[in-house]
Amino acid sequence: MESQEKSPLGHAVTLPPRPDSGNGHDPTALGTRDNVEVEIRDLCLSYDGRTQTLKHIDMDITKGQVTAFIGPSGCGKSTLLRCLNRLNDLIDGCTTSGSIVVGGIQILDQTLDVTELRKRVGMVFQKPNPFPKTIYENVAYGPRVLGIHNKAQLNDIVEKSLRSAALWEEAKDRLHDNALGLSGGQHQRLCIARTIAVEPEVVLMDEPCSALDPIATTKIEELIHELKKQYTIVIVTHNMQQAARVSDFTAFMYLGELIEFGKTEKLFTTPEKQATEDYITGRFG
Amino acid sequence: MFKGFLRSGDPFIWLTGGTLAFSLLMIAALIWIVGANALGFFWPDQLRAVDLQDGQKILGSVRAQEVIPQSAGAGQEQYRTQFQVANRDLYGSDFRWVDDSLMTGHAFPEQAIYLERYEWGPFFGFLTTVRQDGEIVAEGFDQAWPKFLELHARTQDTLDNIHTIEKKDIGDINYELEQLRIEVKRTQRQETDPTRAAAKIAALEEDIASWQQAYEEKAQELAALYQENSRYHMTVQDINGKEKELAIAGVVRGFLPNNMNWFERFGLYVARFWEFFWEDPREANTEGGVFPAIFGTVMMVIIMSIVVVPFGVVAALYLREYAKQGPLVRAVRIAVNNLAGVPSIVFGVFGLGFFVYAIGGTLDQLFYQDSLPTPTYGTGGILWASLTLALLTVPVVIVATEESLSAIPTEWREGSLALGATKWETLQKIVIPGALPGILTGTILAMARGAGEVAPLMITGVVKLAPTLPVDGHWPFFHLERKFMHLGFHIYDVGFQSPNVEAAKPMVFMTTLLLIVIVIALNLAAIAIRNRLRSRLRFGAF
Repeated sequence: MESQEKSPLGHAVTLPPRPDSGNGHDPTALGTRDNVEVEIRDLCLSYDGRTQTLKHIDMDITKGQVTAFIGPSGCGKSTLLRCLNRLNDLIDGCTTSGSIVVGGIQILDQTLDVTELRKRVGMVFQKPNPFPKTIYENVAYGPRVLGIHNKAQLNDIVEKSLRSAALWEEAKDRLHDNALGLSGGQHQRLCIARTIAVEPEVVLMDEPCSALDPIATTKIEELIHELKKQYTIVIVTHNMQQAARVSDFTAFMYLGELIEFGKTEKLFTTPEKQATEDYITGRFG
Repeated sequence: MFKGFLRSGDPFIWLTGGTLAFSLLMIAALIWIVGANALGFFWPDQLRAVDLQDGQKILGSVRAQEVIPQSAGAGQEQYRTQFQVANRDLYGSDFRWVDDSLMTGHAFPEQAIYLERYEWGPFFGFLTTVRQDGEIVAEGFDQAWPKFLELHARTQDTLDNIHTIEKKDIGDINYELEQLRIEVKRTQRQETDPTRAAAKIAALEEDIASWQQAYEEKAQELAALYQENSRYHMTVQDINGKEKELAIAGVVRGFLPNNMNWFERFGLYVARFWEFFWEDPREANTEGGVFPAIFGTVMMVIIMSIVVVPFGVVAALYLREYAKQGPLVRAVRIAVNNLAGVPSIVFGVFGLGFFVYAIGGTLDQLFYQDSLPTPTYGTGGILWASLTLALLTVPVVIVATEESLSAIPTEWREGSLALGATKWETLQKIVIPGALPGILTGTILAMARGAGEVAPLMITGVVKLAPTLPVDGHWPFFHLERKFMHLGFHIYDVGFQSPNVEAAKPMVFMTTLLLIVIVIALNLAAIAIRNRLRSRLRFGAF
């Protein structure tokens, strides 16, 4: 498993040896155990049963903080993110091993009710995906699934969620218009509103700004700053500036391995690994 | 230069455009031919009296004109004309070709009458006398024509009464009698105690006797009405002076084709159209209306849709959403696609064997034992025909539904699942509503296919003349075991099975037009529903 693999540019990347002899960071050093929202241990994943897409990932995600996953395309960061709400279950033949504990619950347990998990771990997708329904119905979708049908209560939730997603002012007069009539940036904020309407503990964001223009991106980033007061946020991004701007912790992944994980400013200023430095300085990726 | 032209792609554009234009032209030509032949049929033409060289005369309406084949190309082309001369009872043939060179003169006699009759087809000629109880009450055109109109109206009223009694009253009585007879049989079969059985049967026989009594009364009433109508007669003459006596009650309508203004003609045109839509057929289907066939076609298509849409959609949902995609599912999918290519008569044979004989026969054994040996469901009927067609069209619905399901973006499904919705909730709230326009497209295609299909129906329940509609006032109102008429079969029957093909030709065109119109109307209705849904959902194109 271990040691030398070729990077796309042909130079050797030293991979951390296994097992457990310290993979570049000490999870406990990042905070006390109470602060840990998501605990990932020795997570391996394969889509086809042969090639490992994720290789022995260990990571602790801190409560109330923004954690960013960076790395070149195909390094497994989206896959890792989708493990956290078990969305990979949808893919036939996908096998996972190891353990992920979210809020004290072992979520890789096959007997777990994934819908329960997904209510606690919300997700915003790369491509804004509002449903072909009205703005109101989009936001109310999650609460309705939870069994809330009281009109007044739903109204409250919709307003609160849209306010939190900084969309209320723009959308309040057209709540019952079709959501597809909004702009791309508004779409994504609507998706954020939809996600937080069910009050999850963790919000996963899979490159939430990659389909947006710079102004919409700024708005989403501001929103992330606001949201982290209430939610633990995990964000996948291609944009290293964005990771540096919005996140408290950053994980650098490469070829399915977690190369380096630590406080963002430390990772970007004084990376421990050569591969991390090469990537963040733009030498490959 | 030519090479450059080829490389520019212009020839290909011309080829594609030309192909499309050609297809459209063919469709337009088809509709034009059918429409032109059908719509002109009801317009009352003038009757032309023609003198022939041999001293004979003919009276008729011009139907066609063509070059005499032998004269073609010989420099001087000669023509001949086809007249509808009617009076089948006098001359045996409704149509006559006359060489134009043999005609010496023609006129449009104002007093020529056109009688549409319940039997023997139309009569063209002149009215001489009107008689009541054998006595002449009016003579000469000026007196006889108004008298004819008056008596004709009276006999038609009587005829209406006769129809009501025959269809409604006597129909009801027969229905009750049939029910009682079945009840007697059931009592004989089920009641074990002989004394009680005898008592019950005696009571039933009494009921039967009282209904028989009612039937006798109605029969007498009918006889009286027929007697009344047989009092009125008229004498008519054809153009060569041959006399014929007709019962006034036997005339559907009479008019003076050479003495009508445009409004009267238009009124007659509308009246004939009305008759075509709302009346029963007469004269081996070559005259009268096609209402039972319209009713049967529409009802069959509706029953078929009610069965095929849920069935196909649910099957497609399983195939696309739940089944594990693999060789087996692929094989099933290929099989479904191939099912659409199986000749429809094969489905008919299957429907006969499976639905009619196996299921229908079993139903009869279980629930309609007392009407045996007359089969109830064990013979062709509208239900079995509809189910056979449903089987025939289910691949269309499955394929269309599968395609629209696969067109639903993965992001929507993931978005819903990520909010904690279960797979079923996602299907129900996001996927199925999104796929609905596509599902309806499949329904439209299935309906169009089903409405035009004839072959499988011929052995699963269509008849050339059904005595009753599949819906009437007797409980349970929908009689799905009954045989029915169908426009497609009507076209085949009238056009190719009737003894008087020439006379039936316009009827064939008219029925064809009607079938096309009904298919278009059903499609438009489905498209309207789909568009409403689509504008409500306001997304994507399918």
